[in-house]
Amino acid sequence: MFVEKTLDFFGRFGDNNSFKSNDFNEFWGLILRTIHSDAITAVVKKMVMGANFDLGDDVILAFEKGLKREASPVGRAVLGTLIENARIAHDEQVPICQDTGMAVFFIEMGQEVHIEGALLQDAIDEGVRQGYQDGYLRKSICDPFTRKNTGDNTPAVMILDMVPGDTLKITAAPKGGGSENMSRLTMLAPSAGKRGIVDFVVKRCEEAGSNPCPPVIVGVGIGGSAEKCMILAKKALLRHVGEPSADPELAALEAEMLEKINALGMGPQGLGGTTYALAVHVEKHPCHIASLPLAVNICCHASRHKEAVL
Amino acid sequence: MANEIKITAPLDDAAVAKLKAGDQVSITGVIYTARDTAHKRLVDALDAGQPLPFDMNGQVIYYVGPSPAKPGKVIGSAGPTTSYRMDLYAERLMEKGMKGMIGKGMRDKKVIEAMRKHKCVYFAAIGGAAALIARSIKAVEIIAYEDLGPEAVRRMEVEDFKAVVINDIYGNDLYDIGKAQYRVAK
Repeated sequence: MFVEKTLDFFGRFGDNNSFKSNDFNEFWGLILRTIHSDAITAVVKKMVMGANFDLGDDVILAFEKGLKREASPVGRAVLGTLIENARIAHDEQVPICQDTGMAVFFIEMGQEVHIEGALLQDAIDEGVRQGYQDGYLRKSICDPFTRKNTGDNTPAVMILDMVPGDTLKITAAPKGGGSENMSRLTMLAPSAGKRGIVDFVVKRCEEAGSNPCPPVIVGVGIGGSAEKCMILAKKALLRHVGEPSADPELAALEAEMLEKINALGMGPQGLGGTTYALAVHVEKHPCHIASLPLAVNICCHASRHKEAVL
Repeated sequence: MANEIKITAPLDDAAVAKLKAGDQVSITGVIYTARDTAHKRLVDALDAGQPLPFDMNGQVIYYVGPSPAKPGKVIGSAGPTTSYRMDLYAERLMEKGMKGMIGKGMRDKKVIEAMRKHKCVYFAAIGGAAALIARSIKAVEIIAYEDLGPEAVRRMEVEDFKAVVINDIYGNDLYDIGKAQYRVAK
């Protein structure tokens, strides 16, 4: 079988230049699955609109749970208003929040996937361009110095992980500027330990106060390098709201931080109450022997995510 | 809301004096929008001795960059943006007669002091309740800095626009009051 293929391959290659990449891939025992960039653009367009119009059931459920527990009548009124707002956005297919975010994408690309057509970044940007235009979403991206708006909400931010398999998983996570501005990275000394981690995260929430539109979801990254740590914090926000970490040690840390943050009394919108955070999600990664990196990425209550697998 | 106070924008000193931190208000009338870059341009204009694109006297400024209007609508979603970024510019506009600001989030101590001095009040609308808030906006017209897109200055006619007084002219701060009430003592 192997010999036959070899002959076939070299024969065709030598004869008439009809060599195709698939012949080559089969020859080496690699079966690559081809995905055209147009399919990526189409799905990105759909996801950025859907994420901005339809708040996830997990977030609504967290509002409802908060409503039952919230001690402050003003806090309960705020949570009720957010449920009503989400319903209007869904029914009218308009943005939950006017800040339809910087378009952030987490991509898990199977090693056996080959993308044909445009570059992956360009395919995603085109989907963002079309989705933000056709969906009447706000274009919020500008030059950092001149502040001139790019006009189409591009470029998107793409975080790419290679994974086994032959599928391409795309998670759209548009993120508003108000909550993103509350992010912090610190490089703790290893001696700070868990105590230092909890103190920093709770203090960060207290300083953020009403700015990031509470009730919030607090994403925490522990470990890695500086940039890896920040990505962990953001990735932690992708988890269903309130779903504890599979690691019991991290789940305990999440519960401790959630209790301490809510004990600050800031409540929904910072107007006073017991539901400032709906959840704390922690992700960890091994780090350097000299370091204990810690990142906080807070998400407002409009925690918007959509997933698609191609 | 049970104890809602109805106010009409623009505001005068008498209306401002009646408002206390924690008051739920319903605003009807005309307000103007401005956020980050528009504030810089307004203050740059003042620095250059140029007139502002609208008379600031009595005005309420709403910190918002709305999403685009769908066909048949006057505006897209339109909730408040975080206010501290306008702290640097706020007193300059109070000096020109600004009487109210609508946003979300805490203000700098200097701004709170300036509010007391110039009789200006700070309201919060519910951040992120943008689809709902849009229903209280009845007419919108871009009046300056159109090139800024979502950041352009808009004149808005609002009806029953819900907000809460965060900082009054007496130095009270609802964020501090609310937090103290529900804080679990350690």
